[in-house]
Amino acid sequence: MADIALPDTPALVQERPDRTRVLSRLRLTNASFRTLTLAAAILVLVILGGVIVALIEGSLPALRQFGFSFVVTESWNPVTEKFGALAPIYGTLVTSAIAMLIAVPFGLLIAVFLTELCPMWLRRPVGIAIELLAGIPSIIYGIWGLFVFAPFLQHTLQPFLIDLFGPIPVLSTLFAGPPYGIGILTAGLILAIMVLPFITSISRDVFEAVPPVLKEAAYGLGCTTWEVVRHVVIPFARVGVTGGVMLGLGRALGETMAVTFVIGNAHRISGSLLAPGTTISASIANEFTEALGDLYTSSLVALGLILFVITFIVLAIARYMLMRIERRIG
Amino acid sequence: MKLHHSLIAAGALVAAFAAPASAADISGAGATFPYPIYAKWADAYKNETGVGLNYQSIGSGGGIKQILAKTVTFGATDAPLKGEQLDKEGLVQFPMVMGGIVPVVNLDGVAAGDLVLDGKTLADIYLGEVKKWDDAAIKKLNPNAKLPSTAIAVVHRSDGSGTTFNFTNYLNKVSPSWKDKVGSATSVEWPVGIGAKGNEGVANNVAQTKGSIGYVEYAYAKQNKLTHTKMVNAAGKTVAPEIASFQAAAANADWNSAPGYGVILSNQPGAESWPMTAATWILMYKQPTDPEASKAALQFFAWAYGHDAMAQDLDYIPMPKSVVESVEKTWKSEIKGPDGKAIFASAQ
Repeated sequence: MADIALPDTPALVQERPDRTRVLSRLRLTNASFRTLTLAAAILVLVILGGVIVALIEGSLPALRQFGFSFVVTESWNPVTEKFGALAPIYGTLVTSAIAMLIAVPFGLLIAVFLTELCPMWLRRPVGIAIELLAGIPSIIYGIWGLFVFAPFLQHTLQPFLIDLFGPIPVLSTLFAGPPYGIGILTAGLILAIMVLPFITSISRDVFEAVPPVLKEAAYGLGCTTWEVVRHVVIPFARVGVTGGVMLGLGRALGETMAVTFVIGNAHRISGSLLAPGTTISASIANEFTEALGDLYTSSLVALGLILFVITFIVLAIARYMLMRIERRIG
Repeated sequence: MKLHHSLIAAGALVAAFAAPASAADISGAGATFPYPIYAKWADAYKNETGVGLNYQSIGSGGGIKQILAKTVTFGATDAPLKGEQLDKEGLVQFPMVMGGIVPVVNLDGVAAGDLVLDGKTLADIYLGEVKKWDDAAIKKLNPNAKLPSTAIAVVHRSDGSGTTFNFTNYLNKVSPSWKDKVGSATSVEWPVGIGAKGNEGVANNVAQTKGSIGYVEYAYAKQNKLTHTKMVNAAGKTVAPEIASFQAAAANADWNSAPGYGVILSNQPGAESWPMTAATWILMYKQPTDPEASKAALQFFAWAYGHDAMAQDLDYIPMPKSVVESVEKTWKSEIKGPDGKAIFASAQ
């Protein structure tokens, strides 16, 4: 650097620019930099506001026609133009719940293994493999899910679940019906695989941020690895972990292509997790291209608005939970 | 709806950026079903004349929206517009090419063409009223077939599609209870079954699930060697899905019975007719804002009508000669430039 700058220096010295000019230039740069950052931040707000306005405006015809019953009606009939969003809402929530139920414990276990127990030489390969999972485009998960995962479930897990829970009253309805391979459960499992890397890599990062002195002190007191993780690492990292879980949940709620391939796309609510269902984003992706008529299109936009609201509520709850945790610790 | 306008404006913007690559290209948008043959025709046409086709296969609904917004020279749709709608918008509609829809099944010991179904039974299967393969209704049509006592797994399209429109239109015609409970559209409220995306999704689900039934376009069933069924047609005869039976359905249709040639070819009369044959249509303005572009499009369509061997290569069914002649007459009498003269002169 110095070598390159040298030839210029004499010229600069010769010019001796005016002190006030330099200062005003600095002030100008500073002001324009501030404006630029402000503009970038405002742009995000403007885009967000634009999306909300467009969604509300687009869904007005449907909401005017159906009112609140739009949210609580199961029927979705393009022929008679009677639309209700209950089945997609149900499918969205249930598949995301299944995904989180599986991905959160698995993600935490992997993160604990990687930070506390994994031999050094294995950390990088496992860590990179998990991050690669996050980089796979969702359409690939969809194709893999349809051609490989669904047939596999159809011949193994689903018959097993049907036989296992057949004699048990409540669980038998939950796992009833012919094993199609695709359905709500398969979609939930695919989503679990898709959100796993988010939860794992964020948890690993926050676990690594736990000050070694805390852990060493606990080990010094004779704690086992489980006790260190349970009483030192997780309490210290819970804000970050919650953030990772919410990021994963956000992806699970909005995931479109992979779900569309494996959920069975039926606008019905069934008691069985093996039955086909649909999600909000899958319905929109399936039907938007051929939706004729204002009411049909508007109902699909209204579905989008509902997904927006659900995501917003989830984020709000996450914020609230974080606040409560902080206050309790604080 | 303002949102629509902004979506269309965005589409127009994209089109405007895409266009300069070749200013003389013909632009069109719409149905996905005829996309492979349009692409093949366009490729050969470009080699011959240097004029390309920019066709966006965004779905029939999208094609109608785009032509109404005048962002494209022609729209393409699998579900024909009604006469009054064509008049209101000042549009001309004509059929371009046809295809067949075939039921496909996955049953042990049943080969392609072994199983025979009729319209009512097919409707009852899709209504969930015929639940097992050894149901009396199926047995009656197939006295010699060995049918298992397993549940029928129904597979349908999850995305809105012209295939579904034509399939449900046929069920509407042959089953009053289907018409009553479900009806016909590009997507409907299916009483039973699982939805799969696209022809390939339906084909894959049928191939994977024992005891399943689905419906796909003929070209797809043939190229993937799926187990198709035979059908009992309107004349009570059992027919196999093949070019000859599709053409018979087209030949027996009265093309002038509906405005804009909007004849749905399902359940056509005639002993040889395949009951689920379907045409796909082009929409153009009678008084186009850009007569030169419309002229180029019409010349391309005329050329395409003359190259029907290409369509057959891809298992589409070309329009009968009589229909082509009638369509070209319509072009001459209906599509006019600002000077009031016909834009289309004659086939090159």
